[in-house]
Amino acid sequence: MNRVNTAKFSLIAIAIGAAVMAFAHWFHVDYLFFASYTILQFIVLGTAWNILGGYCGYVNFGSAAFFAMGAYSSVFMHKFYPLPIPVLILIGAIVCGIAGLGMGYLTLRLRGSFFAIATLALAVVLQTLVVNWEYVGGSRGAYIIRPENLEFAGITINYIEYLFALMLALAVIALATARVIERSQLGFGFATIRDDELAAEACGVPTLRLKLIATTLSGAFMGMAGAPFPYYIGYLQPSSAFGLEYAVNSIAMPMIGGTTSWVGPLIGAILLGSAQQYATVTISSAVNLLIVGLMLVAFVIIAPNGLIGLVQEHLRARRKP
Amino acid sequence: MTALLHVDNISKRFGGFIALDGVELIVQPGERLGLIGPNGSGKSTLVNCICGTLQNESGTVRFNGHVVDGLAAHQRTHRGIARSFQLPRPFHSMTLADNLRIPLLYTVHARSGPLRSTGDLDARCHELLEMVGLAKKGNQMPRDLTQVEMRKLELARAVAAEPKLLIADESMAGLSHSEIEDILTLLVRLNERGITVILIEHIMSAVMSFSQRLAVLVSGKKIADGKPEDVVRDPEVVRAYLGQ
Repeated sequence: MNRVNTAKFSLIAIAIGAAVMAFAHWFHVDYLFFASYTILQFIVLGTAWNILGGYCGYVNFGSAAFFAMGAYSSVFMHKFYPLPIPVLILIGAIVCGIAGLGMGYLTLRLRGSFFAIATLALAVVLQTLVVNWEYVGGSRGAYIIRPENLEFAGITINYIEYLFALMLALAVIALATARVIERSQLGFGFATIRDDELAAEACGVPTLRLKLIATTLSGAFMGMAGAPFPYYIGYLQPSSAFGLEYAVNSIAMPMIGGTTSWVGPLIGAILLGSAQQYATVTISSAVNLLIVGLMLVAFVIIAPNGLIGLVQEHLRARRKP
Repeated sequence: MTALLHVDNISKRFGGFIALDGVELIVQPGERLGLIGPNGSGKSTLVNCICGTLQNESGTVRFNGHVVDGLAAHQRTHRGIARSFQLPRPFHSMTLADNLRIPLLYTVHARSGPLRSTGDLDARCHELLEMVGLAKKGNQMPRDLTQVEMRKLELARAVAAEPKLLIADESMAGLSHSEIEDILTLLVRLNERGITVILIEHIMSAVMSFSQRLAVLVSGKKIADGKPEDVVRDPEVVRAYLGQ
């Protein structure tokens, strides 16, 4: 039954995405593709963060590092042996999944804020590494000239539409994965880790193995989100790939939406992402982080469990009397 | 008859503090053992070393004929050691039924293969809740429970793992007389079903009525082990509890 639901769910998600795509295509609004790509990318990042941060309760401040690792693995491959982007996404997933596994092994003995600091340190170390690596552009950055169109089986596709479609597929895969996890034995295990690790072990939950699964999955999805990024942006430099906005957004979006469900990161990313796009166009791109900061503060005070938590509380309160 | 649990000369220290100093303990299958000792005598450390939450530094722990040293806590749970915690540690974000589902999913499944369908799982959860008298509260959250209900949930969750050995760590502290009776009856019933029980408790009336054998820990050493009525008259035990 669950499988049918997942299939249905994916179909609905793809249909919504296709509707947006058709709309933008017919009206020739390239900007809509650019803006939606960013929002989709944040849906993937937020969902990936939530697998570790929301389900297991381990706050990762190093999302930017995984995102950048995905992006730089594409830059590396672009120079070394150019491959189609779907393959690059796969490579990004593998590289970042392995990195996530490694990070898990090194840091999962740490709890709470210590784990968060360790992940932040990982980001700093990796950025330093990339800055000093000439092959991928070092501190000067790397140019990737994006072709205007993509020829595929005789059809010409606008490149930005192609990137959008890829990111849409990724978002659907990420959300479907998160949703399946949530309802599975794995999801129950993750929740016990968030609630009480000692009690989880006493119930027979192999907590270390589960945490490693979570860091690997989370890292892999972040890498996937980053892999097409150099083609989207055209010029990748360390300070933008490791930008604070990725680390902050991938935490803020699930927090604002609600961390206990796959819907949380989705809502958070759409809400926060659209607000940021709007601010970028109307005011300036520098306002982005200010918006995130203000919204995060507001939500921590008003709705610590995010919008989902707010709705759930409301429903429960209505059912009780 | 081989012992179910054989704690062989184990020691554990925290920095300069020796929490366990060469403790020896043998528990036979089906036994009801009481373990007492003043605060800080190492009871909980001993439990943690048996369950794998802590690892003993020397000596060995043998369970069911196998050495379990070095195994993680969840592996020991899979082998058949279950425990309840001194302070109840329910999974706060889950309903009572889901709390019990965790050991069923992760221990009973892992042991005997995924033979339970969703219906079987629900039935088993309900059965366990019924056993501890919480059948009506299956859909409630742990925060809605009273202290004694919390203890019962803690025991039900330990039993859900279908253990051979159950270690109840002060599951009666702070409860009223009738509530203590409730828990005691429950433990005896579990024992009759073939689960070996180690009861760690301060409430002497409860320990005396429950235990077939009594062991006493003082400052990380076992100072007495035998019939309950003999042990409580042991001059060394009296001295440890009352001072000289």
